[in-house]
Amino acid sequence: MSVNVLMPALSPTMEQGKLAKWLKSEGDEVKAGDVIAEIETDKATMEVEAVDEGVLARILVPGGTENVAVNTPIAVIAEEGESVADTADHAPMARVGEEDKAEKQAEVAAPLKPAIEVAAPAPKAPSVAEQPSATIAPEVPEGTAMISMTMREALRDAMAEEMRRDPSVFVIGEEVAEYQGAYKVTQGLLQEFGAKRVVDTPITEYGFAGVGVGAAFAGLRPIVEFMTFNFSMQAIDHIVNSAAKTLYMSGGQINCPIVFRGPNGAAARVAAQHSQDYTAWYSQVPGLIVIAPSNASDAKGLLKAAIRDNNPVVFLENEILYGKTSDVPALEDFVLPIGKARIARPGKDVTLVSFSIGMTYALHAADELAKEGIEAEVIDLRTVRPMDIATVIESVKKTGRCVAIEEGWPQCGVCAEIAMRVQQEAFDYLDAPVLRVTGKDTPMPYAANLEKLALPSAAEIVTAAKAVLYR
Amino acid sequence: MVEESGGVTKDAPKIPPFTRDQELTAFREMLLIRRFEEKAGQLYGMGVIGGFCHLYIGQEAVVVGVKMAARDGDQFTTSYRDHGHMLASGMEPKRVMAELAGRRGGYSKGKGGSMHMFSRAANFYGGHGIVGAPAPIGAGVAFANLYRGDDRVSLTFFGEGASNQGQVYEAFNMAALWKLPVVFIVENNRYAMGTEISRASAQTDFSKRGAAFAIPGKQIDGMDVRIVKAAADEAIDWCRKGNGPYLIEAQTYRYRGHSMSDPAKYRSKEEVQKMREEHDPIEQVRARLIADGVSEDELKKIDANARKIVSEAADFAVADKEPDPSELWTDVLA
Repeated sequence: MSVNVLMPALSPTMEQGKLAKWLKSEGDEVKAGDVIAEIETDKATMEVEAVDEGVLARILVPGGTENVAVNTPIAVIAEEGESVADTADHAPMARVGEEDKAEKQAEVAAPLKPAIEVAAPAPKAPSVAEQPSATIAPEVPEGTAMISMTMREALRDAMAEEMRRDPSVFVIGEEVAEYQGAYKVTQGLLQEFGAKRVVDTPITEYGFAGVGVGAAFAGLRPIVEFMTFNFSMQAIDHIVNSAAKTLYMSGGQINCPIVFRGPNGAAARVAAQHSQDYTAWYSQVPGLIVIAPSNASDAKGLLKAAIRDNNPVVFLENEILYGKTSDVPALEDFVLPIGKARIARPGKDVTLVSFSIGMTYALHAADELAKEGIEAEVIDLRTVRPMDIATVIESVKKTGRCVAIEEGWPQCGVCAEIAMRVQQEAFDYLDAPVLRVTGKDTPMPYAANLEKLALPSAAEIVTAAKAVLYR
Repeated sequence: MVEESGGVTKDAPKIPPFTRDQELTAFREMLLIRRFEEKAGQLYGMGVIGGFCHLYIGQEAVVVGVKMAARDGDQFTTSYRDHGHMLASGMEPKRVMAELAGRRGGYSKGKGGSMHMFSRAANFYGGHGIVGAPAPIGAGVAFANLYRGDDRVSLTFFGEGASNQGQVYEAFNMAALWKLPVVFIVENNRYAMGTEISRASAQTDFSKRGAAFAIPGKQIDGMDVRIVKAAADEAIDWCRKGNGPYLIEAQTYRYRGHSMSDPAKYRSKEEVQKMREEHDPIEQVRARLIADGVSEDELKKIDANARKIVSEAADFAVADKEPDPSELWTDVLA
């Protein structure tokens, strides 16, 4: 019986990668543990090891192939005594990703490896489709040339540009330097700026957050990276008690120009302790600025603004968005204003308000609603504190209906705040109660189906939008 | 009480003598803090000062000894028992007192209070209400010194109670790893609020608390300002030469309760009385000055001057207005 070798996933959020090269040829004998190929993603290069013994009968995906979806069969290994020719039935499969093809693949793989994870499609990010279209920031002049880049690259460029501009800016955190960033956001910074300005720390969030605050009090401009914001709970005392309050407590003498940044919220299949959304937590604290961009352009322009700001900024990124590509203005110094929302998609029937990855759901929902003739206006808050509620109110005055979306928990969440402000300032314009679509009121489950249920979805937003439209 | 623990020098140093000028400086500075704190206690009793108010009475030799070893530009950071550190840093007594009273002329415009005061001009970085917070913040100030390549040293104070917080060791580790110019000064006054050290600390020699990070440590008699100054001289020199952090445990004693609302029933009156009579940091200096031939009159003049400064500070604080209501909304963001 021959065995299919599948394109492996290197990380919980990987959807596809490049099959860089084969290290074995057809006809070569392979043993379990032999490195047979190398694959690359935008984050890393990894070796593929054979799991089964036999002969590499057929290579289905040649070296150098880009965008190979996770779980695509890339080769066939014939077992001992099996004729190589017998494997000819294994036709190269097209990309596997859609559910029906996954089932087919399961049939092939199941007798060989009954373990469910072999058969099941790779854990998919909640939003696997490409970024839905959205308008670029209104601050960008028309006709500006654009460069397509991932949010990861945009964030790195923002830091590098600000570090070139101001020698007091430095990056500090776990694995930011020699490892090039746990999520490769700081890639190349050590090489350009050296170890003095790109500082690897021990695993010591409470401590290095405090060190960053002290350095900021003394006039430097630290960018503190949390490997994920889940770990910022270790450090929340310094973020809130030391960074946010000292300007006030010192009567305006000691400001704290610091950026706390890193991925926030759910990634994919990392379960309860690594999937929490802290937007609502930090956005409650006076003295903090809280930014949560949804695309590469906003990420770059707002991170540059955050680094220049004289206040502590909590800059909430999202691991699933890191690899998403979108247009970034090719401007020498692209800085966006903090505290300004953006109308990502104009519409007249219902206002959808979100931020960060919530925008992905919202824009998909708007696409779906458009098919039914409902024109949703989609607003990206971009900055959650201070919140540009005026832009939301203006939209609600036009549409009379509002649905707010976030991945975080419902109680006392960002959506709760939006609903409160909308009813307070636009009550007479509302034709329906404000609804919200949020993460479910549970810890994040691990199982793929439960995780999907726990997160908001475009379908839920469509349902909520129709409800406020009484349709 | 002098004891080596970190192994920087092998011999217990003899108590280095002060010049008469140094004795007079120490006397004047410590007495100012003592009189200031006595007045703060009175004003608290009168309701002028509210909230928490932690007095430094008994511990004056620690900050004064360190200050006498410091250079202009060296930074001070401490926790909430901070009035003495501010006066030693050269901050104006009347503005400190006004802050205690919650008045607009206070260092924080009345918005910080006793535990939260700062002065960038005096290189005083707080004034922190979270007991262990000075350790990483002070290390961060030292990080900035190293980053800029200046030779300033960050002088970072916290209590022996705070020494049991995890963030202190996170700061120790990074400070040692990166050779940050920071002197950690543990003011061991033996009681973390009402908990005596032996009930809270598995290792009561706090100078050894940096040993796991190879931070040299020294346990000293923090009631003798000469010993504090000598230890601080050595520690600051160590830091300024680029050797990394240094840890001093200054064994001291607070005469008053943890805060104004603490009756201090966890220790005997006799214990307090014994410390006052036999180890008082100010009386030690007074006795040496008298023995050196300084007249009682001259010392009384110094005391009278301290009382005058403090009295004026209190008058200023009481007469000063509360902050304008509009101040509620200022200084939230820069």
